[in-house]
Amino acid sequence: MMVETVNVTTAEKATAVPTVRKKRKWTADHWLAAVFLAPSVILIFLFVYGFIGWTGYVSVSNWNSLVPDWSFAGLKNYQYLFQDFRFQADLRNTLVFTVLFIAVVIVLGQLLAILLDQKLRGESLFRNIFFFPMALSFVVTGVVWQWLFNPSTGVNLFLKPLGLDSKWYTDTTILGGFQWGKIEFGVPLAMIAVVVAAVWQMTGFAVAMYLAGLRAIPDEVREAARMDGATEFQLYWKIVLPLLRPITASVIIIMAHISLKIFDLVYAMTGPGANFVTDVPGVYMFETTFRGNYYANGAAIAIVMLLSVAMFIVPYLVSSRKGGS
Amino acid sequence: MRKKASAWLALALGVGMALSGCSSSSSSSDDANQGSQKAGEKLEIFSWWTGAGEEDGLKALIKLFQEKYPDIEIENAAVAGGAGTNAKAVLASRMQGNDPPSTFQVHGGAELNEGWVAAGKMEPLNDLYEQEGWMDKFPKALIDMVSKDGNIYSVPVNIHRGNVLWYNKKVFADNGLQPPKTFDEFFQVADQLKAKGITPLALGDKEPWTATHLFETVLLGTLGTDNYQKLWTGELSFDDPKVKQAVETFKKMLGYINEDHSSRNWQDAAQLVAEGKAAMYVMGDWAKGYFVNDLKLKVNEDFGYVPTPNTDGKFMVITDTFGLPKGVKNSDDVKKFLAVLGSVEGQDVFNPLKGSIPARIDADPSKYDEYGKQTMQDFKTAELAPSLAHGSAAPEGFVTKVNQAVNIFVTQKDVNSFTDTLVSAAAELKK
Repeated sequence: MMVETVNVTTAEKATAVPTVRKKRKWTADHWLAAVFLAPSVILIFLFVYGFIGWTGYVSVSNWNSLVPDWSFAGLKNYQYLFQDFRFQADLRNTLVFTVLFIAVVIVLGQLLAILLDQKLRGESLFRNIFFFPMALSFVVTGVVWQWLFNPSTGVNLFLKPLGLDSKWYTDTTILGGFQWGKIEFGVPLAMIAVVVAAVWQMTGFAVAMYLAGLRAIPDEVREAARMDGATEFQLYWKIVLPLLRPITASVIIIMAHISLKIFDLVYAMTGPGANFVTDVPGVYMFETTFRGNYYANGAAIAIVMLLSVAMFIVPYLVSSRKGGS
Repeated sequence: MRKKASAWLALALGVGMALSGCSSSSSSSDDANQGSQKAGEKLEIFSWWTGAGEEDGLKALIKLFQEKYPDIEIENAAVAGGAGTNAKAVLASRMQGNDPPSTFQVHGGAELNEGWVAAGKMEPLNDLYEQEGWMDKFPKALIDMVSKDGNIYSVPVNIHRGNVLWYNKKVFADNGLQPPKTFDEFFQVADQLKAKGITPLALGDKEPWTATHLFETVLLGTLGTDNYQKLWTGELSFDDPKVKQAVETFKKMLGYINEDHSSRNWQDAAQLVAEGKAAMYVMGDWAKGYFVNDLKLKVNEDFGYVPTPNTDGKFMVITDTFGLPKGVKNSDDVKKFLAVLGSVEGQDVFNPLKGSIPARIDADPSKYDEYGKQTMQDFKTAELAPSLAHGSAAPEGFVTKVNQAVNIFVTQKDVNSFTDTLVSAAAELKK
């Protein structure tokens, strides 16, 4: 995740070269920079934009078997998708997952960061404990939480004597359900189990971000507030949290693009789930393309995923570009 | 202006970088260890045999081959995943990228014929069959399953039976019950078990093919072999009253399954029967391998087996075969391997360990256990029907759509919407 933010800035630098050219003459340094950057720029154009374009082309073709068929299909594949029960369920699930996941990560991340910021002993130990899950692959997280939430094992062994018989991710109930198109719109209970696993994995990242943010707030600010008679609660609510807003924006962007294209966690933990209560576009795309050999349909799903991520990333990049220069 | 343009460029680059950054983790590990071996002309055997029993069988087969041909280097390129779901994905991307393994596991029937053969990716093996004298050693119905337009495209190594109802002997004896032969008997038995607080039927549909598997046995039992076959040629429509009747029966059966079915895979469901928590289980006879090899149960002592309701004398056949992809450099070596695979010796070293029966009719029954002997006998006399869930009856794309429809049906139990989906998916079958 950190790598990406770095990438964005190198990309900005890469394009800064031509703007500089107008003012000054190109020195050897500039040529050197251009030579060094050229391979990665070319590779990215080929392997990122080239393949995005290619996927886009496949998504409007008739290639829905093992034999490639490049004839133009128009928007047929997209039309099929949006009428498809499974894809409608996927969109609902993605929305529910994204909203719950980001909200919990932000609240928990701020809370834990503020607690950690109290200059307590063994802080680095706690920091590592919270950050450790980040080191795991989503697949590992998925398998572990699958065991924990299995209705006949895991946490249920403790919950059953208490009279709680939870079905967790096998539950097909959809809360607040009202019919919308073919699907029931609401919060699938099974999705909450997946959100818990995802939160467990990613909260540490938010904690680290917020902790860095808290450390960047000068002590003078807090002291001034205290001098003015603010309580600790007021201090955090009125002063510290508003100062952390730029960090919240970054956390939202990073978490949103993870959650919108999540695949491995869901695939390992629940799969599509009964009645597709835990299915997400990533899983659907994988099964359509590589199991059903519906390459055009799969490409259409991938393009929809790309657009949904772009909806978050593009405004952010535009705004950060404006703020930065 | 220039500044604005460069801002957009930066934006575009940034989006691309951010998008590509996180998605690489899931795919790279798979690709890294495959495909690089072809330069060394190793004989790469691609399969999804990584489970207990099946892996032993494959290794025994490889050992036999290496005794005969010590000079040929072999690479076992098995990919894990139930019923080959992951392996098929890996295979599809390798075949599309013109990087085929030397030989690969493929179910006989539509998966082979409508898939790889139709895509022009397979070499015919007629000369190998003639050279080895196989034409009368495999049943004709089986050779037809691996043939398209008069050419034979793969060598069957084993036969699995899909329509088996496994039951817990102790549970049945304790309750004074007989294993059901018809759907009526099934529901009688199921009601009695339910009254005693025992789950009558185990299901583990975390991977939806298991529910499709149950459904296809109900289809076969309700329609009979002829009508069942007609479904795949388009002669019988999926909104036929007989199909609806099968769907109703399937729906009724789903009222007797374990509650946590969607969190279990097929092995987990088999465990319920082994532990006596559930009484019956419909699964192919690889379940026997799991019972015997992994759970250390005894055939006809701890668990028994009968054909699924109304399918006595019918044999839902699933056959694993290996073929020769086009563009393989060491095709002579591959043919040597296929020859061993199709020999009596090869089949008898592989199948007892895998828990399947040989595809050849002249194999040695004394090497097989009680279940194997009886199934070999049934295979010679029964009517053969291709399995839908395992890709023999219809192409993968259709199977994927059926799996989706079944997944929805298990929860919603809407008969009309289910058959409607099947009808619209079946439009692709008629060619």
